Amino acid sequence: MEDKGRERVMLPFSFDYERPKSFQEAVTRFQQADQSGKEPMYISGATEFLTLGRINQVYTEAAIDVKGIPEAKNIQFDQGYLVLGANLTLTELEEANVFPLLTSTSKQIADHTARGKITLGGNICGQIFYREAVLPLLLADSQMVMVGPEGVKVKPINEIFHERLLLQKGEFLIQVATDTRYLHAPFISIKRRQQWDTGYPLITIAALKIDRKVRVAISGLCPFPFRSNEMEDALNILEGSPKEKIQNALASIPSPILDDVEGSSEYRLFVLQNLLLDVYEALKFGERE
Amino acid sequence: MEVIGKSVIRKEAQDKVTGRAKYTHDYHTSKKLSGRVVLSPYGHARILSIDTTDARKVPGVRAIITGEHLPLTGESMRDRPPLATNKVRYHGEAVAIVVADTPNQGDLAASLIQIQYEVLPVVHTPTQAFQQNSPLVHEHLDEYEREKDVNPVPGTNIAHHVKIRKGNMEKGWGESSVTVEGDYSFSPSDHAAMETRSSTAEITPDGTIKIITSSQAPFMVKQLIASYFDEDIGKIVVDTPLVGGAYGGKASVQLEILAYLSSRAVGGRAVEIFNEREQDMMMSPSHIGLDAKIKIGADHSGVIKAMEIQFLWDGGAYSDKAIDLTRAGAVDCTGPYKVDHVWCDSYCMYTNHTYAAPFRGFSHSELSFAVERTLDLLAKKLNMDPLELRERNAIQPGHTTPTRVLLNQSNVGNLQECISKLRTLIRWEEGPVREINERLVRVKGVSCSWKTSTIDSNAPSGVILTFNRDGSINLMSGVVEIGTGTKTVLAQILAEKLKMDVDKIHVRMTVDTQTTPEHWKTVASRGIYMAGRALLEAADDVIAQLKEIASIVLRAPIEDLEVAHMKVFTRDDPRISVDFKDICYGYQYPNGNSIGGQIIGRGNFILRHLSHLDPETGEGNPGPEWTVAAYGVEVEFDRRDLTYRLIKAASVIDIGIVLNEKAALGQVMGAMSMGLSFAGRETFYYDEFGRVLNPQLRTYRPIRYGENPEYLVDFVYTPDLQAAYGARGVGEHGLLGMPGALGNALSLAANVSLHHLPLTPELIWKTKAGNV
Amino acid sequence: MKLHTIQLKINDEQQTVTVRSGDTLLYTIRKQLGLTGAKPGCLNGDCGACTIHVDGWPMKSCLMMAVEGEGKQITTIEGLKDTPIQQAFVQHFAFQCGYCTPGFIMNGHSLLQKKPDADDSTIKEWLESNICRCTSYSEIEKAIKSALEKNKSS
Repeated sequence: MEDKGRERVMLPFSFDYERPKSFQEAVTRFQQADQSGKEPMYISGATEFLTLGRINQVYTEAAIDVKGIPEAKNIQFDQGYLVLGANLTLTELEEANVFPLLTSTSKQIADHTARGKITLGGNICGQIFYREAVLPLLLADSQMVMVGPEGVKVKPINEIFHERLLLQKGEFLIQVATDTRYLHAPFISIKRRQQWDTGYPLITIAALKIDRKVRVAISGLCPFPFRSNEMEDALNILEGSPKEKIQNALASIPSPILDDVEGSSEYRLFVLQNLLLDVYEALKFGERE
Repeated sequence: MEVIGKSVIRKEAQDKVTGRAKYTHDYHTSKKLSGRVVLSPYGHARILSIDTTDARKVPGVRAIITGEHLPLTGESMRDRPPLATNKVRYHGEAVAIVVADTPNQGDLAASLIQIQYEVLPVVHTPTQAFQQNSPLVHEHLDEYEREKDVNPVPGTNIAHHVKIRKGNMEKGWGESSVTVEGDYSFSPSDHAAMETRSSTAEITPDGTIKIITSSQAPFMVKQLIASYFDEDIGKIVVDTPLVGGAYGGKASVQLEILAYLSSRAVGGRAVEIFNEREQDMMMSPSHIGLDAKIKIGADHSGVIKAMEIQFLWDGGAYSDKAIDLTRAGAVDCTGPYKVDHVWCDSYCMYTNHTYAAPFRGFSHSELSFAVERTLDLLAKKLNMDPLELRERNAIQPGHTTPTRVLLNQSNVGNLQECISKLRTLIRWEEGPVREINERLVRVKGVSCSWKTSTIDSNAPSGVILTFNRDGSINLMSGVVEIGTGTKTVLAQILAEKLKMDVDKIHVRMTVDTQTTPEHWKTVASRGIYMAGRALLEAADDVIAQLKEIASIVLRAPIEDLEVAHMKVFTRDDPRISVDFKDICYGYQYPNGNSIGGQIIGRGNFILRHLSHLDPETGEGNPGPEWTVAAYGVEVEFDRRDLTYRLIKAASVIDIGIVLNEKAALGQVMGAMSMGLSFAGRETFYYDEFGRVLNPQLRTYRPIRYGENPEYLVDFVYTPDLQAAYGARGVGEHGLLGMPGALGNALSLAANVSLHHLPLTPELIWKTKAGNV
Repeated sequence: MKLHTIQLKINDEQQTVTVRSGDTLLYTIRKQLGLTGAKPGCLNGDCGACTIHVDGWPMKSCLMMAVEGEGKQITTIEGLKDTPIQQAFVQHFAFQCGYCTPGFIMNGHSLLQKKPDADDSTIKEWLESNICRCTSYSEIEKAIKSALEKNKSS
C-alpha cells in the first residue's frame, strides 16, 4: 500500500461538475475539458470517485456525470440480445432480474445499500480491481457498446476486456448486450471471503454451462478478473477425475496470484480448488451427457 | 421490588431513534477552526527535518504546531510527546497540526508540509522487543517521570514489569503429575466505536479552558491537562455529551491534548479536531496485543497445582494505559481457578505499533484466550471433560487470588453454579461433537473467566440530587452515557429507593466537570457499582432532609415517618402526609413564614481497602469483587473448506441481581458479539515498515448482521454485599470468555491446536499444514 | 473553487444550498442544514451510519455528492416521525449508544416499504449494510421482524 498522504474528510480537489443530457454532449464536454488540461473523468455511480478521491488516488478537474444519458439506463430485449445500460445501478439490475447469473453475482458485490449507487459500468471500469460484475459478461461473450470521440463502437468482450476494459481516452461504456441464449444457461456464482459473509472477495467464481461445456470466470485470485480458455479446456476434458481436471486447470491460471491482507496466495489456491469442486457439483464439467 | 429488575425503557430512547440525540461532532455552535493532524507514514523513523514554509502560505491557515518544547505526557509514565519530536514510533503518530478555517484548507496545508525521515528498524512484536538485540523504541527510559510503582528497565523495551509470586513453585511442580504448556499470540486490533473520537477546545479571555469531547473520562481530561501543562485545574471545564460507543478506547486522553494545544496556538479560538475513521484507527490508541506463555501443572485427578505464566503485552509505542493493563493481567492471570502456586511475569513491552488503550475487559479476554486454551490442552491430556476440569478447580470463597486476596461469599461469585447452568443451557450432555454429514460437524467449546477492576484505590464517584417544584427529582452523576444505559439504571435505583415513579426522575445525560460531581472514569464495569452507592447515599441524604421538614409540618417525630409515592407520611396512618412538592423547596406557612429551603442531596463513594501491589510478590487488593462467568460457543465446521459458522454462543454470569433485564441482556450479548468479532476476524495487519495495512472498516471488519450466532444468556444471583442491591458489574463480562471458547471449539473441530487470533479459516489451514 | 447553488428536496421541504462540486450529501445536510442524525462513521461507504433515503431507497449519503441530489426526494431520519420501525426499536431495546441507530432505522424503514414480505435472507442482505458495535444484532432482528409482522396485520 503506497502511502500517498493523509486521508481526507472529503474530496480535497476542486473540479467542474457537469451532467450532460446526451452521450454526444458528454463526449464533446470531455474533449473540451481535455484540451483545457483539466484531466477530465467520466463518473457514473461515483462511489469510487469519492472513496478513492479522499485518499488521493483519483484526481480530476472536470467530472462528467453520465447518469443523465437515457441510453445508458435501458433494459430492453432487441433482436435476440438483452441490452443493459451501463448506468443501471446494481440494485436496479437485481430488481429487474433479467439475467439471473448477473443478479446472483451482483448481489454479492459490496453491500445492498452501496449497490443502490454502484453502477454496472462503474463496477466494470473503476480502479478497484475486483470488477465482479464483469464475470457474467465474460462468460456470456457479451458485446460491449462504447461511445467516444470516434463514435459508437461495439466489440465482443474477449477482444476489448483484458484485465480491464480497454477504453480509449474520451470513451465510456454505455451499454452491454448479451445473447439471450446465455441468460437461462445453468450457472453458479460463489463468493468466498477471508471470514464469514462480508468483506472484499477472497475469490469470486462464476460459471455457466452452455453447449455442454462449462465456462469459468474468476475474480480475487489475481489483481484482475479473468476467464481462461486453457483452464476451461482442462476442466472440460472427458477423461480423468474432477480432482485431476482441477489440478490441470490450476496449471493455467494467470499470474500474479494475490498475496495480501485478505489471504496468502497459497491459501487462495486451496480455496480455488474447493470452489472448482463446488462448480463441478453444480455443473458437472467434463462429463459425457 | 417495583422498579429494580424491570426493563425500563431508556431515558434517551426517543432522542436516539429520531436522530435528535447529539454527539460531540454534532454540536454546531459558533465558528470553530479545524485542526488537521499530520500523521507519521512510518512505524519507526528519525525525523530529520520539518519544513512548513509552503504550508503556511495556504489561505485560511492560522497556525501550524510541531512538537518541540512540549512536555511529555502519559498516564503512568511520561514517555509520550503530544506531537512526535526526534523520532516517530508508530505508523499514524501525530507529528504536526495545521489549524485552519476549514478542514479542506487544513488538509491542503498538511499535504504541503515537507518532512524528511530516516527509516529505522521496526520492533514488530513484543517477543522481538524482549530479545537482547532488539532495536530500542525508547532510548532514554531512565529519564521519564513516572508513578512511584512503575519499573521500566532502561536499555530494553520493558516499560514495566509486574511479578506475581505466590506459594512455592517447586512444591507445585512436585505435586503435579501432568504438565501442559502453550505459546499464544495476537496483534493489536481496534475498538472501532461507530462514533470516531472528536474534541473541541477553546480558551476564553478569562482563562477558562473549555473542552467538549467524546470521552469516557472527562474528569481525567481535566486532571491531566492541568498536570501536563501547568494549568489551573479550576479553570478547566470539560463537557461530554452522549458518546457513540467507547469500549475503553475513549478512556485514554489524547485528542483533547491536541485540541487544547491547537486552541492555545491561535489565541484561544475554538478549534475542533475530528478523527475520520483512518485516523481514529491509526493515530488514536487501540486494543492491546499479546504474546503469552502458559504452563500448567496438575495432579492425575485434574486438580491444578501450579501455573507459570509470562505475558509480553504489545503496549505499542508509548506506555500510557498499557502499564495498568499489564498490572490487571497479572492480578487475574490464572483465570478463575484455585491455584496455590503461581509464578507470573507480566511485562509491558514497547513496540512500533499504535499504543494501547484499555479495551473492554481490560486485558481479561486476552489473557483468557491463553489460559482457557491451555486448560483444554490439560483436559485433553488427562482425558477429562473440559467443563468438569474447570468445575473441579473453580475458584470459591475461602480461596485466594494471585494477589492473595482472600475470597468470601460477597467478593466472588459462584462459578460452579455458572458452570452447572451452562451445562444445561448448551446441552453439554449431548457431547461436544455432533456430525451433520461427511463435511459438516457441529462442535462446542467452553471457557470460564473472572474479572475484578484495577482502578485507582481512591477513585471517586459522586451524585447530586435536586428537586423541581413539582416534586420530581434531577439526578446528576459523572458517569458518561456511552451506551451502557447506566443513566437509566441509576434512575431505577433512585425510584426503587424512594418508592416513586421512575418517570419522575430526570437524569442529566451530559456531563460537565464543573457542575457534575466526579465519577472517576466510566470504565471497568464499575459505573453502577460506584455511582449506585453514591446515589443511595444521596437518596438517604434527601430522605433525611425531607423527613426533617415533614416532621415539623406534620408535627410528628422523624422516626415515625416514611417516604413513598412522592409523599412523606406517618407510618401508622398514611393519611397524615405532605407531598414532596410542598416541602422540596422548604415549607411555607399560611402566614408567609418559611422554613427549610431547597433540598439538595449529595452522596459519594470510594472503594475501600484497595491497596497497591507488592513489587516483589504482587500481593495486594486491586478491586472490590470478582465477577465470574462460564461460556460456551458452538460452531458448524466444514472439514473440507476449513470454514465455520457461529451457531450458538452462551454466557452464564453471576450478576448478583439484574437491575434492568433488557439492558443487562443487551450489554451481555453485545459484549459477546464483540468478543466473537475480535476472536474471529479482527486484527491489524502490518507491513515490514510497521505500517497498518487495514485502517478502514472495509478491511478491518467488525461482525455484521447475519454473521452472528444465536445468543443464550443466563444469570446466577450471588449478591455483592457492598454493591447497590447486590449488583455486580457486568458490562464487560460477556466478552471475556468468547475467544477462549471459540478457540477451544475450533481446535476440537479442526483437530489441531490453535494458538493465534483471529481464528480465520486461513489460520486453521496454515496450522494444519504446520506453517504457523 | 467551483460552487453550485442547487435545490434539494429534503423531508418534503425545498432547500437551496450552495455547495462545492465535491461536497458529499452527508456533509451538506449536516453542516448546512443542521440535520445531524446521519453520522460520519467512516466517510467511506463502509459503516452505514450515514444512511438516508433517496426516492425511497436507502442510500449512504457519504457516497453521494450534494450535486447528485438535485431532482430527488431525499428523506433523513429527522423526516421520520413515530414510524412502526422507530417504535419497534424502542420497545425491543434495539440500540445502546445510538450512533448507528438513525442509519439502521432508515435502512429498515425502506425495507419495510419496499419488501414487506422480506424473508430472513432478504433482511440479512439489507441489514448487512450497517454496522452496530454495541448490540449483538439480536434485538435489531427482533425489532425489524416485529415491524414487518405489524405491517402485515394492519
